[in-house]
Amino acid sequence: MRFSSLSKNTLRALTALIMAAVYVPLALVIMNSFNAATSSSFPVQEFSTKWWVAAWNNQGVREALWTSVKVAFWATLIALILGSMVAFALSRYRFFGRNTVNLLVVLPIALPGIVTGVAFSNTFKNVFEPLSINLGLFSIIVGHATFCIVMVFNNVQARLGQMNRGLEEAAMDMGANVFRTFFQVTFPGFRAAFVAGALLAFALSFDEVVVTTFTAAPGTETLPIWIYNNMARPNQAPVVNVIAAVLILVSMIPVYLSQRLTGADQLERKAAKQRKAA
Amino acid sequence: MSTTTNPAPAAPAGSPAPAPTPARPRAGLGDRLSTVLYRHAWLRLLGLLGLPMLWLGVLYLGSLALLLITAFWTTDSFTSQVIPAFTWENFSEILTVAAYRDTALRTIGIALAVTVLCAVIAIPLGLYMAKIASPRVRTWLAIGITLPLWAGYLVKVFSWRITFSEGGPLEWLLAPLGLSGPGYGTTALVITLAYLWFPYMAVPVYTAFRSIPDNLFEASADLGGKAWRTVFSVALPLLKPALIAGSIFTFSLSLGDYIAAQFVGGKTQVIGTVIASNINLNPPLAAAFATVPILVVVLYLFLARKSGALKHF
Repeated sequence: MRFSSLSKNTLRALTALIMAAVYVPLALVIMNSFNAATSSSFPVQEFSTKWWVAAWNNQGVREALWTSVKVAFWATLIALILGSMVAFALSRYRFFGRNTVNLLVVLPIALPGIVTGVAFSNTFKNVFEPLSINLGLFSIIVGHATFCIVMVFNNVQARLGQMNRGLEEAAMDMGANVFRTFFQVTFPGFRAAFVAGALLAFALSFDEVVVTTFTAAPGTETLPIWIYNNMARPNQAPVVNVIAAVLILVSMIPVYLSQRLTGADQLERKAAKQRKAA
Repeated sequence: MSTTTNPAPAAPAGSPAPAPTPARPRAGLGDRLSTVLYRHAWLRLLGLLGLPMLWLGVLYLGSLALLLITAFWTTDSFTSQVIPAFTWENFSEILTVAAYRDTALRTIGIALAVTVLCAVIAIPLGLYMAKIASPRVRTWLAIGITLPLWAGYLVKVFSWRITFSEGGPLEWLLAPLGLSGPGYGTTALVITLAYLWFPYMAVPVYTAFRSIPDNLFEASADLGGKAWRTVFSVALPLLKPALIAGSIFTFSLSLGDYIAAQFVGGKTQVIGTVIASNINLNPPLAAAFATVPILVVVLYLFLARKSGALKHF
């Protein structure tokens, strides 16, 4: 295509500006975490690591982190089991209501999080509480597992569609029963998709805040809820800032490194997958 | 649900069922269960769908149904007790009370503004990436626009909270130009939401640009079309499906968001704020308000589907 050098340079400048807008705010978070002042005043007058020390010693952060890990673990486990089951049912059977089931799996992530959150909070309050069933941490896990199912489902279903059914038939012809065929032939075939789905589900649960605010029992804080509760408190903001900086580094560096190792195509595919899921 | 037309795994015709042969030891429980499952496809399907349907069909869908029912109930204004008696009151309140109606309309307006902003930014970026940048730069940019998806949601909201803060970086940057930043408010909210959902628009637009063959651009140039004319008359119509697909995410995600509004929106109220502030005091009103984003998203999806854009995605 024949662009004039003026339009080429205009587009180049625009692209640079857009990429700056994407990364400068994140860089500001990292820089501001070393700001000795309590407010995010700019430019930074004095650099210090005191907020990093404060964040490291913050008991609330540690507890919230541990809660997040527990919630994400159980939500992922439930999503793995249920998501794989639905993926099998939908990719191997044709039955009445198949499209409805498919829609049902995607619905929790297609609807705004606030709707899912309010719906569950309403049910917990009006159905479970009168029956004096105290869900505790499980109330968060229920919400998270519901929207994590689709992550596992998408990955596993895509893989099942490509798998060679002949291998399973061969195993059964040689006398393996349904269960042995599944664990020794079928599962190794989609293990990679299973793990990828688990990682996405874990990441999604670990980052979730809207559904969690509505389903968490009072006093229960996941890490995002802790950040949410403390972001607007002036004297806690610097600690929140450090946690945010850590989360940026922890989430982006591994992805960046894996990119340099595996190429950009995969990330594009992953983003496409996320978009499909969302 | 019980009719299975595909008795998978399809056994080759004539091959014997995997019944225990006389030479093998007696079949254990697992083998007998396996034989039953093998012979009855509907049992396998029931086994696979039972638990997920209990979770999604009963617990989740049941919760949504209960929410819808609650929307027709009312709250005693003195005791805050929910009274289960059918009424349209909550819905008529949303439509008639100016503050509620304005909030609903404002939220839809914000979601539309975010969508337009994302599209306007994604088009030059996609054009540059797909048609001008070298393969190396293209790879870098592709990583660059998707990488922030992995940084936490609250982290990104926080980063713009810092940027727009009083005496913060943006004010510092604009001060020499004699300008002041927008501060926390609707403008900051639209920018922050656009930032959050931008990758969902940028990736499909870039992919669509890449799939436009270069010779279409050349043909346009041969016929005398200038570069910008070509972009508007040739590329833009071909980008429509990608723009619509991306807009579904930018629009519906913005519609349901209220956390960004709390932290960078200043006094701006959105649908989510009203739901969140009523969930304990007046659950029926919160429930009725929660149906607004559902209806708007369903309507948007319907229009998008009607335009035929979704077939490609």
